[in-house]
Amino acid sequence: MGKQINIIRSTAVPVNIENVDTDQIIPARFLKATSREGFGKNLFRDWRFENDDEAKPKKGFPLNDPTYKGKILVAAKNFGCGSSREHAAWAIKDYGFDVVVSSFFADIFKNNALNNFLLPVTVSEPFLQKMLVAIEKEPASEFEVNLPEQYIKIQSTGDKEVFDINNYKKTCLLNGYDDIDYLLSIKEEIATYEKIV
Amino acid sequence: MGKTLFEKMWEKHVVRTIDGGPSVLYIDTHFIHEVTSPQAFNGLNKRSIKVFRPKQVVATADHNVPTLNQHLPIKEELSRLQVEALKKNCAEHGIELYGLGHPYQGIVHVIGPELGITQPGMTIVCGDSHTSTHGAFGNIAFGIGTSEVEMVLATQCLMQTKPMLMRINIEGKLNDGVVSKDIVLYILSKITASGATGYAVEFAGSAIRSLSMEARMTICNMSIEMGARCGMIAPDETTFNYIKGRKFAPAGVEWDAKLAYWKTLFSDGDAVFDKEIFIKAEDIEPMITYGTNPGMGIGVSGHVPALNEVDEKEKPSFEKSLNYMGLQPGSNIKGKKVDYVFIGSCTNSRIEDLRMVASFVKGKHKANDVEVWVVPGSKQVEKQAIEEGIDKIFAEAGFMLRQPGCSACLGMNEDKIPAGKYCISTSNRNFEGRQGPNARTFLASPLTAALAAITGEVGDVRDYYNKN
Repeated sequence: MGKQINIIRSTAVPVNIENVDTDQIIPARFLKATSREGFGKNLFRDWRFENDDEAKPKKGFPLNDPTYKGKILVAAKNFGCGSSREHAAWAIKDYGFDVVVSSFFADIFKNNALNNFLLPVTVSEPFLQKMLVAIEKEPASEFEVNLPEQYIKIQSTGDKEVFDINNYKKTCLLNGYDDIDYLLSIKEEIATYEKIV
Repeated sequence: MGKTLFEKMWEKHVVRTIDGGPSVLYIDTHFIHEVTSPQAFNGLNKRSIKVFRPKQVVATADHNVPTLNQHLPIKEELSRLQVEALKKNCAEHGIELYGLGHPYQGIVHVIGPELGITQPGMTIVCGDSHTSTHGAFGNIAFGIGTSEVEMVLATQCLMQTKPMLMRINIEGKLNDGVVSKDIVLYILSKITASGATGYAVEFAGSAIRSLSMEARMTICNMSIEMGARCGMIAPDETTFNYIKGRKFAPAGVEWDAKLAYWKTLFSDGDAVFDKEIFIKAEDIEPMITYGTNPGMGIGVSGHVPALNEVDEKEKPSFEKSLNYMGLQPGSNIKGKKVDYVFIGSCTNSRIEDLRMVASFVKGKHKANDVEVWVVPGSKQVEKQAIEEGIDKIFAEAGFMLRQPGCSACLGMNEDKIPAGKYCISTSNRNFEGRQGPNARTFLASPLTAALAAITGEVGDVRDYYNKN
């Protein structure tokens, strides 16, 4: 799994549906594995295939439309709600996305994404609409997601928006650090805390 | 300025705060289960580290277990391997496992409270979003992903940013036929499935105070369906009485010390919340969902919104939902035929839920073409149901009493609702495919589900009470 995120320039795949829950991203019946790999093939499984049959892709679903490709998934409001399954973030990353853009992310999904070097970028509703319009006009539209400078840009129009990310997480993503490395490094302090309380 | 309940507990658990970043939050109790833990243990093994505080971790198998013939090996290979991996990981790391066959086995959010492990003032996490359930005891309890499970196993800590604070006040007396599930479905219908995202939610008010612990758990359980980081209710005499005497509850002088601390856990009179919502208990009716997220709910005698009642921007999602559910805008849900009734899940599978259903169906029989599954939340709930003769009432009614597990809540184990069928369910999610590919879910209270089991259609329990 790719660690470190910096500047990503790519086309995007739109999934313009609100309240996408993690059961849609990866249905529970695919959570039986004991490793983190291989979830990408079941990403949006029941929206991609008719009657759970890989030979019958559903027409009209963007992941089945060769017009759309790229490392950026453009989603709608309240993306990733519901179950805490990190498999949802694994599936999106494993499928080949490095960035998910939405106007609003569910809490647990956002953390899970960050822990897997999948960058969740929260943009304003108007900017999201601009991105969707750009893709609709020209599916080959490119976007620049710039983590060091914290902005996302529609290359064709030059429209640009700054996004929020806390400094700690930004440093982690830029350098490929895990939270767990940080926590392990302060284990003594944790043990001291335990004694005081 | 006074402090909120959340702030009192949060401050006590912060080990350190990173400048401009998250806090390192100490976790008192960590529940794990078979589905979201194997990759976390793999991570520890890769780093060659052991679990930091194995005595603060409790494991059970619930999501991926059959609810019939639990004494036999699990038929499905991947499920069996996953449950076996949990057993192996717990043994290697010295973690207590209440696995299949153990008298304490059950749904993780049912067993924690019933064993007295869940207590006020704690921080509790689990790789399951419904961990918010435990907040009913006045603690900070929330669901986490597997990377975070690994962090807690490795260090007993997590990196967390402090959420905003919301209080939902429900004052007054509940109407007949209205139970705690209706309260939470009503809140959801008002604030939507994302209405509390970014917030820790405290439920307060006289209507909440009047509820039993099990009823409070139902409400906190579904706070994640509003997007909340966690849900909580300040502990009171009801809480203390529930905990006292349970298997892992403190006793003697330890009880006295804990109790004194627990009694300090409430939001001060002058505490400030980022947002407050006020609801009148009298306004709440028996509820049912019609759509594909838990915020899409209505009073059971009401109608599905007509197209002109839906915000223009929401229309595509609304129509997609109704299309999936096979329902028309503006139509009634009352009178709609159901094929399955599922009474179970971490939302409504406790003894009070089973008693509520049993007292309603006693002496009656289910409708002919309806299949009714009752899945107790734990071995202890199952045992108690049998001791109280509830199993016989169900047998006479034609209900199938199965064995403990998450069952048909999540379309993962053997228990799935067939494509296209309608299921009235006491669980927490009506997402597309949640109960099985193309299955259609109506979320409701155990009482409304029991009525549907008897009549074969969605009905209003108030009509029923009036007639009888």
